[in-house]
This record gives sequence, C-alpha cells and structure tokens, in this order.
Amino acid sequence: MLLYPEGMVKLNGSAGEIMKRCDGVRTVAEIVADLESTFATTGLEKDVHGFLTMALEKRWLEMRA
Amino acid sequence: MSANGATAAGTSAKAPADDTIGAPSAARVGNPGPPLWLLCELTYTCPLHCVFCYNPTDFAKTEQQEELSTDDWIRVLRQGRELGAVQLGLSGGEPLTRDDLETIVGEAHTLGYYTNLITSGIGLTEERIKALKDAGLDHIQLSFQDSTREVNDFLSSTRTFELKSKVAALIKKYEYPMVLNVVLHRLNIDHVQEILEMAESMGAEYVELANTQYYGWAWHNRERLLPSREQLRRAEETTNRFRERVGSRMRVLFVVPDYFERRPKPCMNGLGSVFLTVTPDGTALPCHAAKSLPRLTFPNVKDASVEWIWRDSPAFNHYRGDSWMKEPCRSCPEKAKDFGGCRCQAYLLTGDPDNADPVCDLSPHHHLVTEMVDKASAPDAPSPVVEHPLIFRDRKNSRALTS
Repeated sequence: MLLYPEGMVKLNGSAGEIMKRCDGVRTVAEIVADLESTFATTGLEKDVHGFLTMALEKRWLEMRA
Repeated sequence: MSANGATAAGTSAKAPADDTIGAPSAARVGNPGPPLWLLCELTYTCPLHCVFCYNPTDFAKTEQQEELSTDDWIRVLRQGRELGAVQLGLSGGEPLTRDDLETIVGEAHTLGYYTNLITSGIGLTEERIKALKDAGLDHIQLSFQDSTREVNDFLSSTRTFELKSKVAALIKKYEYPMVLNVVLHRLNIDHVQEILEMAESMGAEYVELANTQYYGWAWHNRERLLPSREQLRRAEETTNRFRERVGSRMRVLFVVPDYFERRPKPCMNGLGSVFLTVTPDGTALPCHAAKSLPRLTFPNVKDASVEWIWRDSPAFNHYRGDSWMKEPCRSCPEKAKDFGGCRCQAYLLTGDPDNADPVCDLSPHHHLVTEMVDKASAPDAPSPVVEHPLIFRDRKNSRALTS
C-alpha cells in the first residue's frame, strides 16, 4: 500500500518490489540489477522504466539529480 | 480527493481520487473491507464562514462541550487502526482551533497512519507547525478561496488572505508537500489562471481545483454558486494550457462539478466500502455529508466500538451491496462502477435517497439537474452582485436555518 497526500494505491507485487528499492540512494540501473538478481531473471529494464515514468507523473516519486 | 471544505476541506471526500481503491462490491455486506480512509472532523469551530462549506447547516446544534475529548479521539484512532484504517484526515471546522491537535497527530503517527491536516491555515503559527512536524504530521492541505485578497476574504467572510500566504511559506519551510485546495464556483471560476499562477509562485506540488459540490451550505447557496457552461469550459481550457506549460512539476486536479456530467460519480466508492467519517460529536458516518440522509440512525463512537459501527451497525450496512437500489440502477450494467451515484444528492434533489443520482441521464429526475445548469447558463442568470444574499456559514445562520 502506498500512501500519499490524500490518496492511496495498492501496488501489485512487481510494482511494490520496484518501489521498495527507490530509496533515494540507488540509481535506476542499480535497482534493475538488484531486481534481476533477486528474481533470477533478465530484461526488466523496460518494465522498471515504464513503472517509474508513471510513478513520477503521479508524483509518487521524485527525481534526484 | 476533496469535498467542499469546511476549512475548505476541498472536495476530497465526496469524489475519491482515481487511485483510491475500493473493496470488492460482492464481499461488502457481511464482510466489508477495512475503512481504509478515516476522516476525523475534530470540531465545527471555524474562523472562516465559507458559503460553500459542506458542513451540515445545523452544525450549531453541536455545542463545543459536546465535542469528543482527546481520549475519545485517541480511542477512535486505535480502534480504526485495528480495523485496517491507514489514511487519516484531520479536518473540521478548523482543526487548529483544538489545542490537543498535536497530541492527536502524535498518537496517529505512532499508530502508523498517514496523517493529513486539512486546514484553512488560520492559527498555524511557526511554533505549531514545528510541533506538528515533531509529532509526525505527514501532510498539510491548505485551502484558499481565491487568488485575490478581495474575493478570498469575501467568500470566507474574513480577512485572511495575507495570513494564508504566510502559512504557505511556512509549509514550504518545513518541507511539507504543498497541496493547495481551491473550491471553484461561479464567483471565482473566472480566476483560474490567476489561482494557478498563485499556486505556482507558492511552489505548490499539487493543486486541487475542486468545483463546489452541492451539500450543506453550498446547497443553500447553489443558485449563487453554480457556474455557467461557458465559465466551466473556459476554466477547463485554461487549466489544460497551464498543465501543458508546467508538465509534471505540478499536478493539477480539476474536479468537474458533477451537475455537468451525464453519469454520476462513484460516491465514496459506495457507502460503507472505504470511508469512515467521525463528526465532532462522535457521530459515525459513511460519508461526511451522510448526516442529512433520512431514515438512518447513525451510531456514535461514544456508545459503540468502531468495529461494531463499521461491520454491524444497520446504518453502515444499509447501502452496502445493491439490494437497496431502485430502477434504473438495479438492472443497470454500470451499477458496479458508480454504485448509483450519491445518496445525499439523490435525497436533496428527488426527496428519496434510494433513487438514482439525478446527475445520471438515465434517471427520470435528470431534468432537475439540467434545468439548474440551464438557469445558471442563461444570459439573465444571477450576477455576482448580490440580489439573494449569500448565506455565510456561521452559528447565527445555522440556528436560523434549522430553527
């Protein structure tokens, strides 16, 4: 469950795994690498980018330089 | 999300945000999901007297000494959390008029709520915002009535514009995400450009342009507040142009007034599915405007547990599921999507809360809505010059309306 000003959304499993790793420290590439190793898979980059783009639009996340 | 605030609580609660999740309708009666969203209206006391406030017009019947104590609120918070509530709105009236707000916020934070303060900003000194930050407050929604001092102060029947601007700066200083809420209507909707520019200059991350919904005081003032179709069209155009310019830097929500729609809003995601409101005197409601509904006796947190109220009380079970529905809703394929719309609106406009929300063009009462919009859009519609005076929300008018 993600809570934000006056709203909430229930994230599905994959979205939750991505979101958990957005800690303001790791880069997107590091997050992708971590997910691929945790779930023993490859080619997640496109999905992660897709979710992050949506999450940024909705302001669930903020981009740091 | 937003409702015409008392302190301008925006439109929040009446029309859930698109991301709001609902309990599956089939499972509701007997086994409702948790009241994910708990709205605590801490007090009816408010320094503003807004003409569009959703608070009940008989709010003056609740004397200040009948309001819940600090211990009562803490019990409600604990019991709500045990049931699975996570999103907490602290509203009113003006919640800052309670001197135990910091204690309530602190307890809510410890319990694990995401805490939202819905405020006019009046009374938010630097000392208090610091104490609230220390207590764990997550978010502040600040209401403005207009971009100009004159209209802002007129609509709230106070002199508060400069004060609110100072509070906006404090909100940024204490690193809160800034959500500005402006309730739109006939008298300020032509200022949308200026309102958005004001929000931008304040560094707001979110702006809710929440068109008035007609409950409580707004219902009484509806003829003065309903915009024309042309006003609405221009405001939407202006908003869209602004969105294109600022991109994702600012999220602008434009809540269309539902009188202009052809399908009703899925009000509260269906009564008793997600939302639980507790009024200043402890009355528990499935929607902050539901007190106006006839035939139902709403339970009070002074007499019953939040669990019993949510799961078992007749008032909360009444509108769960669809067995209460009449035609055309009962056989409508869209009933699982909009739950027949808003019960309060059905009651206010048709006299029967079980009717389809007349906003729906399948409702036999839809003409009641279109006639009102036609009247507001006619060239000889009431001008902002006051012929039938606006009724400001205060204790004197409350007593006069309900005596």
